[in-house]
Amino acid sequence: MGSISIRNVTKQYGLPGKGTPVLHGIDAEIADGEFIVIVGPSGCGKSTLLRMVAGLEEISGGQIAISGRVVNDIEPSERDIAMVFQNYALYPHMSVFDNMAYGLKIAGVPKAEIQQRVDKAAGILQLGALLQRRPRELSGGQRQRVAMGRAIVRQPQVFLFDEPLSNLDAKLRAQTRIEIRKLHAELGVTSLFVTHDQVEAMTLAQRMIVMNAGRVEQIGSPEAVYARPATTFVAGFIGSPPMNLLRGRADGATFHIGGQVLPLTHRAPRDGDIILGLRPEHASIGQSVGWPLQVELLEMLGAERLVHGKLGGSEFTLRLDGTLPPPAEGHTVPLQWSRDHLHWFDAETGARIES
Amino acid sequence: MVERRPTLGILAHVVLILGVIIVAFPLYVTFVASTQTAQDIVNAPMSLLPGSHLVENYTAAIQGRSSGAGSTAPVGRMMFVSLVSALVIAIGKIAISLLSAFAIVYFRFRFRMVAFWAIFMTLMLPVEVRISPTYKVVADLGMLNTFAGLTVPLIASATATFLFRQFFLTVPDELLEAARIDGAGPMRFFKDMLLPLSRTSMAALFVIQFIYGWNQYLWPLLVTTDESMYPVVIGIKRMIAGGEAANEWNLVMATAVLAMIPPALVVMLMQKWFVKGLVDTEK
Repeated sequence: MGSISIRNVTKQYGLPGKGTPVLHGIDAEIADGEFIVIVGPSGCGKSTLLRMVAGLEEISGGQIAISGRVVNDIEPSERDIAMVFQNYALYPHMSVFDNMAYGLKIAGVPKAEIQQRVDKAAGILQLGALLQRRPRELSGGQRQRVAMGRAIVRQPQVFLFDEPLSNLDAKLRAQTRIEIRKLHAELGVTSLFVTHDQVEAMTLAQRMIVMNAGRVEQIGSPEAVYARPATTFVAGFIGSPPMNLLRGRADGATFHIGGQVLPLTHRAPRDGDIILGLRPEHASIGQSVGWPLQVELLEMLGAERLVHGKLGGSEFTLRLDGTLPPPAEGHTVPLQWSRDHLHWFDAETGARIES
Repeated sequence: MVERRPTLGILAHVVLILGVIIVAFPLYVTFVASTQTAQDIVNAPMSLLPGSHLVENYTAAIQGRSSGAGSTAPVGRMMFVSLVSALVIAIGKIAISLLSAFAIVYFRFRFRMVAFWAIFMTLMLPVEVRISPTYKVVADLGMLNTFAGLTVPLIASATATFLFRQFFLTVPDELLEAARIDGAGPMRFFKDMLLPLSRTSMAALFVIQFIYGWNQYLWPLLVTTDESMYPVVIGIKRMIAGGEAANEWNLVMATAVLAMIPPALVVMLMQKWFVKGLVDTEK
């Protein structure tokens, strides 16, 4: 029930063999009832993948199965899915009720049951008073809820969300995010949610799929992805501001970067060219000893303060508690960190090296 | 722009009133002439006040009781022919254009662009250019003096197809995708989404095409020789005999007024739709 398995799925536009590849072999297993967020920069193929699950894009290679049934050649309406679009795609000439009932009418569901299902969905989404309105008489948030209602009444095995929050203003987005979480907890339907916004991804996901350039970079819980990014891409994409990535050379218990030799408290996992990662929030300014950070610019964000500077010639950002006394711009301060917070990546592939 | 300058206001009104007089005066003369006897009209100068023969002239024209030298066919029948032709042309054009635009926009078939350009090219050809081959075809098919002959060759319309194509291209793809997920097939999508969404375009086209159909002159002139198949526009022409022959101008004018009424009615009745379509765009 409601599981999705994506096996070695590829996508290319144009003629087979000659087309532009967009997805290069995606593998993912999604269990029934999971809330999965697919996140990545624009153009990484995340929406394409979602639309392939929905059946709106042809699958060039590989297999997609929903609830154990291979759906490659099955029409969207037969896949037992419902989709919420970025611009909601409400039928402009139909009332809210008809928008939600349309799919059921086509499926030949009896009138009484349609009425009951729509009423129930409207109740959940607080749309009861709006059922006779047209979409253009609704606000953005209300339209978004109608789009969700249209998905809910179908009682599908899988919900697909294609950046449904990106047309809402910041406040409403945060609010709707919470509503979607609650809805998922209530209905327990497998959900696949595409977004480019890492905050949405972190807050909504039970597991997230981080994608880049048509490939899966990492699949895991938000905690795991944050704590142990599998590649430098994930390290730089998840977290705000992103992880500092210092490209240098390790030699025993020292790290060489831009002509400076930084002491480590332990041996690097391997000698030679390597990338060292350190999150802005995992470093602090020490009393006297530490890596020399040359402070260039301060940014006050209220609860916290960002310190931009240079470490061994590379950009480095530090996130400090806003109540701490700020370092002076132009000065060099000693940077302190703990061994647990250092990440190591292969200098060539960008893959994580476990230490 | 609201300006309070009396001289400019007066000038603007004078210009507008002059314009209205220039447009309306011939219509008024037509109407006045249609209420007088044939004798009154010929007596120069003709009275510019309505005469007392309104009902008499109009019934005579509708029933074809003219004693003029030209055609004396009943205008009632002509009006019927015109009405049927105009309706068939307008509705036929809309139906065919909708379907062909639907095919061109939403289906990927072989030679799709060829089909589109073929339709588009005909936009550049005026009817007169292809009138003799068309006449030959219609004549060979035995469609002279029939409603089919009057309407079928005028139904295909590149303009309307192009207009609907442009409209369909503005319908967001997500709407089609949402309908597909809801299980609507292509014709269902056409019926449930595209038709209701293009209602206002259809209304606008109907007005334009009805008047186009009603005002057809050259084509009916060629394909009708039988009085019972004259549209009213041709009827007016046929009523006027050439040379020195005496024409019953009062009846000709009554026919002209009658010929003007249906298009005017269509414009007035459909105007609401026009405005509605302009005010609340449902997209």
